[in-house]
Amino acid sequence: MARITMREAISQAMWEEMERDPNVFILGEEVGVWGGSYAVTKGFYDHFGGERVRDTPIAEAAIIGAAIGSAMTGLRPIAELMTINFAFSAMDHIVNEAAKLHYMFGGQFVLPLVIRAVGGGGRQLGATHSQTPDAIFAHFPGLKVISPGTPADAKGLLKASIRSNDPVLFIENATLYQVRGEVPDGDYIVPIGKSTIQRPGKDVTIVTYSKGLEISMKAAEELAKDGIEAEIVDLRSLRPLDIGPVIESFKKTNRAVIVEEGWKSYGVGAEVSSRIYEQAFDYVDAPVVRVAQKEVPLPYNRALEQSALPQPADVVAAVREVL
Amino acid sequence: MDKAKLLDLYYQMVLIRRLEESGAELYQAGKIGGFMHLYIGQEAVSTGLIAARQPQDRVITAYRDHGVAISCGIPANQVMAELMGKSTGISKGRGGSMHMADVTRNFWGGHAIVGAHLPLAAGLALGDKYAGRDGVTICMFGEGATNIGFFHEALNLSKVWTLPVLWVCENNMYGMGTAVERASAVSEIQQKAEGYGMAHERVDGMDVLAVYEAAKKAIETVRSGSGPNMLEIMTYRFRGHSMGDPERYRKREEVKKWEEHDPIGVFHAFLTGNKKATAKALEEIETRAKADVQKAVEFAEASPEPGLDTLFNHVYVEEV
Ligand SMILES: Cc1ncc(C[n+]2csc(CCOP(=O)(O)OP(=O)(O)O)c2C)c(N)n1
Ligand SMILES: [Mg+2]
Repeated sequence: MARITMREAISQAMWEEMERDPNVFILGEEVGVWGGSYAVTKGFYDHFGGERVRDTPIAEAAIIGAAIGSAMTGLRPIAELMTINFAFSAMDHIVNEAAKLHYMFGGQFVLPLVIRAVGGGGRQLGATHSQTPDAIFAHFPGLKVISPGTPADAKGLLKASIRSNDPVLFIENATLYQVRGEVPDGDYIVPIGKSTIQRPGKDVTIVTYSKGLEISMKAAEELAKDGIEAEIVDLRSLRPLDIGPVIESFKKTNRAVIVEEGWKSYGVGAEVSSRIYEQAFDYVDAPVVRVAQKEVPLPYNRALEQSALPQPADVVAAVREVL
Repeated sequence: MDKAKLLDLYYQMVLIRRLEESGAELYQAGKIGGFMHLYIGQEAVSTGLIAARQPQDRVITAYRDHGVAISCGIPANQVMAELMGKSTGISKGRGGSMHMADVTRNFWGGHAIVGAHLPLAAGLALGDKYAGRDGVTICMFGEGATNIGFFHEALNLSKVWTLPVLWVCENNMYGMGTAVERASAVSEIQQKAEGYGMAHERVDGMDVLAVYEAAKKAIETVRSGSGPNMLEIMTYRFRGHSMGDPERYRKREEVKKWEEHDPIGVFHAFLTGNKKATAKALEEIETRAKADVQKAVEFAEASPEPGLDTLFNHVYVEEV
């Protein structure tokens, strides 16, 4: 166990997997000489060399397409998209190729591929560079979509993703890179597709993941001062979605708030709240409330941007609404 | 070129330089946020290029857009206010450093997705051609952007449809930390124009007059209806890719060598050497540029933040 940052945990997972399996390699923009534009692959190029830590041209479709092709031959690529906003430039390869090739050819093609991409807002990067489009990707069967909220989960889930024989989109959040937490040393694996309770409570269920976890934890502390005990369920994986722990918690609390950084319409909260109504209708004591980003492209101005992003105070207010 | 115009070009280049130096300080002080990409070292490119356009010619570029904004005639006040996210900024504080535009000055924006504005440029040119206007669209992009599909699709389309576009590659040798020869099949970017049957020329981007002359010729050729052309302008950025670049990918000596060809210094030497201006006259211009930047900072500082009640303005044109 060591107390390390999310950035270090992600880096450690890749480093250990590359040491363990020579078929694992990294490709992406500025992953090598620069050391990763968010310093996640710092030191990799010097240690593993340019064959295994491959700087690419600015060509997202080629990065993902070539990662898919090489995975089909048995390599285990980790393709880094500098940010998830550039996934749209590779959308065909993610959606029409990665998510479909195994199924469409009757199981012949196997794609042990990981796409790492960092997203999220709050850094004044403007509308095109601040998105949290996780739900879009979770829409497609054939793709696994993971987004951890703690350093330990980041390490364990990334290792599981690298070892998975299915294509995985691994979504990080830039404002969480400095978050610290206890992370087990060595071969620590968190199975894909398992939600978990990050904070036990009895009064209300907060369902969230990634950045939403940090926001919800702060809100829960606030609420605890008033004697309200929120239970926080961290989805960790958006597809496959493990709704079991959510339903179980809801049956206990009968009230739920869903927190995500992305836009509300057609989002993760819409999916989760629908599952709650489908699977626990008899337990509903109050309408499920969603906390999400206001429906605007994010502006540059700091105050304006912050006003559009979900805040702990919004979660507190939502909880008071359902209680 | 007459003397007044020469001196105006000098003023513009110095204004861009001082404005960005001041921007860098404000960034360190936390008054500017987000990503900010400085144009320092590349001033001769936007200055020479845009001086050669007619008012009906459109300009579109990438995120390294402060210099381009100034060259298109946006007042320093509005550029600085946008950098600080104020309501008086050219994009009303919504765009920031990477997203400046001014339709009234035929500047169609800084765009932050690499290469994505190239197909847009083809469309701008299509609009002019369709309506029978004789405007040329000048589309600027980095050499790194020539490796993405958007570039190839846009160049091909512009040729097939004989669109009035001047493609202008600013080859500053690096896309972030990746040297051109590590990312591009050919390091001489103009060769890529060959594949699309386009006339092309390589130009010294540290010499504002060389850029101006080449641009003048190319713009008028495109205007004559011969279809798209390409200029590859050789330049260098003296600062990091954006603020906070550790610059592990290049040697200090390499930067020093290029700084000896500082476009402002080169032009200064030309103007004084050819008796177009005295050193004293140029110093006066420098003092004026500095004062204008100071005024711009004061203007931006004093400007109001956009009201929180304006958050939803401009999501749609129509009420929803
Ligand atoms: C599609 C896309 N991929 C990656 C990025 C991140 N990025 C921003 S600028 C840049 C380098 C671009 O280099 P170049 O085109 O040479 O322009 P320069 O910065 O040198 O002016 C990269 C990789 C982006 N904005 N868009
Ligand atoms: Mg470049």
